[in-house]
Amino acid sequence: MNLSFGRLIAVLRKELREYRRSPFILVTMALLPLVFLVEPLITIFRISPSVKATSVDTAVGATFLVLLIAPALLPAVIAAYSVVGEREQGTLEPLLTTPVTREELLLGKALGVVIPAVGMAYVIFAVIQICAKLFASNPAVVSDLGQGPHILAEILFAPLLAGWSIWVGIGISSRASDVRVAQQLGTLSSIPPLAVVALVSFNVFTPSVTLAVVFALVLLVADIILFRLVSALFDRERLITGARNQRESSGGGHDPAPGTVRRIPRLGGTSDG
Amino acid sequence: MVEAPSSGEGSIESPALKVEQLTKRFGNRTAFQEVSFTVAPGEVFGFLGPNGAGKTTTVRTLGTLIAPTSGSASVAGIPLTSGNEQEIRQRISIMPENPGLYQRLTVIENLQLFAGLYGQRNPGSRISNALEAVNLTARGGDLCGSLSKGLRQRVGLARALLNDPAVMFLDEPTSGLDPVAAGEVHDLIIGLRQRGVTIFLTTHRLEEAERLCDRVAILNTTLRLVGRPDELRDSLFSKSLLVETLAPLAAPGDVFNSAEGVVSWRTEGESSYVLDVADPRMIAPQVTRALVAAGADVVSITESRHSLEDVYLQLVDEDPEAPRR
Repeated sequence: MNLSFGRLIAVLRKELREYRRSPFILVTMALLPLVFLVEPLITIFRISPSVKATSVDTAVGATFLVLLIAPALLPAVIAAYSVVGEREQGTLEPLLTTPVTREELLLGKALGVVIPAVGMAYVIFAVIQICAKLFASNPAVVSDLGQGPHILAEILFAPLLAGWSIWVGIGISSRASDVRVAQQLGTLSSIPPLAVVALVSFNVFTPSVTLAVVFALVLLVADIILFRLVSALFDRERLITGARNQRESSGGGHDPAPGTVRRIPRLGGTSDG
Repeated sequence: MVEAPSSGEGSIESPALKVEQLTKRFGNRTAFQEVSFTVAPGEVFGFLGPNGAGKTTTVRTLGTLIAPTSGSASVAGIPLTSGNEQEIRQRISIMPENPGLYQRLTVIENLQLFAGLYGQRNPGSRISNALEAVNLTARGGDLCGSLSKGLRQRVGLARALLNDPAVMFLDEPTSGLDPVAAGEVHDLIIGLRQRGVTIFLTTHRLEEAERLCDRVAILNTTLRLVGRPDELRDSLFSKSLLVETLAPLAAPGDVFNSAEGVVSWRTEGESSYVLDVADPRMIAPQVTRALVAAGADVVSITESRHSLEDVYLQLVDEDPEAPRR
């Protein structure tokens, strides 16, 4: 796989510029973080000093789950728009006429989603940590939030969950013919990995550094496989015409000289668009 | 870019486009079948045909967007085979019927994206040159969504110039434009032609093809005709003189048969006559003298000029598959 960094950056820069000027994406990016910031803060602040340690663990686990929903959900919505949206606004065909490879195009688009989504997730996490330190009335909350496995899980899982959502979202977007259908399916597809995170958050599995690393590795492998799969499914012909390509063995031919009028005998064949 | 424009009879050794028996089918449907032609470097080649004739599919095939079902081609000297797509795309540009600009980006931002995709690291001067070529320098900072359709077409042309293409495919570049905007696009194409760019122009505007193209091909799933517009006319229509007199001639046969070089004649209207001749310029003075000698009051004697539209309609008449425009 030969990647041109320049082409990849060109796609990334275009994606970020478009997001900046898209009211839908701006509103989504502004509202979702607010929801994912306010809800955990309320949960944390409601834990009184008299609450038992096990209840604190459960509440903090729920907080982490909410924090990891953001980087999984937001990319799913945006990634699901990425290809079918270009197709709907007529920009996909000119893009595909350039030398950009499908890997460069897909990675550029994926980076365009992952950077704001993961950036936003880290900022929310940092704000919650700071608010907890400053205002939480139960000291167990601060110590739970600051646990190594929790911080490691947030740092590792945010981009990896985003990666899952992005590749599934782009895959759906490459095959869908309608933006809304793609976004609904993309959102649904972000749920499976969150189920595993939920099991960890609610202590069905005991959170540990080893578990976080193992689950992160599994997600990483899944992301790589999904990227390969989505790249293989990204078929220019299908995207442009809605049909798969069919090639027969080459036939012979003749090459009349230019500048001479040729009457060409009519052959059987049906007209088509 | 090709150095010097050719008259359209350019070198066959290194054609800009060489297409041999190319066919594209989508399942049972045939988009185009056994199409063969050659385009010389610097030539403006018109690709005409009714809606659904396969013009756009041909452009997409030659532009490596879709794979041919059978046949072979070379584009900008590179064989159209699997594995060469990226190299071909680097050397050509395609302007689809809808220029497909990012509406929320400015003109310059749109061009920056495509310059980046063509691997240009410092595209500032290329973008400036492209904007200058289409007279859009002053609008570089405008959002594309705020531009008229004519201006968007010009941005599309500027984008197509960014990579200095060996072959430029223009798919219905004036579709939906008013006559003024269409005229501006025509002027830009003429400018490109003067710079030696090979242009493959699909259109169903016949006057456009006649004005701009060195040669044209008429496609309706299969290729019907390829040649220069004047050659097409000559191949389909005999040369003729239109004679109009103030009053009907008493003995038109005597008058016209006395003029040497008149092959045949017929009446068209009350006092109008069509004379099939070998060389209108040589025969016209003789016919004039014969008419004056016969005492006729001559209103006009003109050479009958068939347009490309006549050629097109003639072919459509012969072709039951082709829809009339």
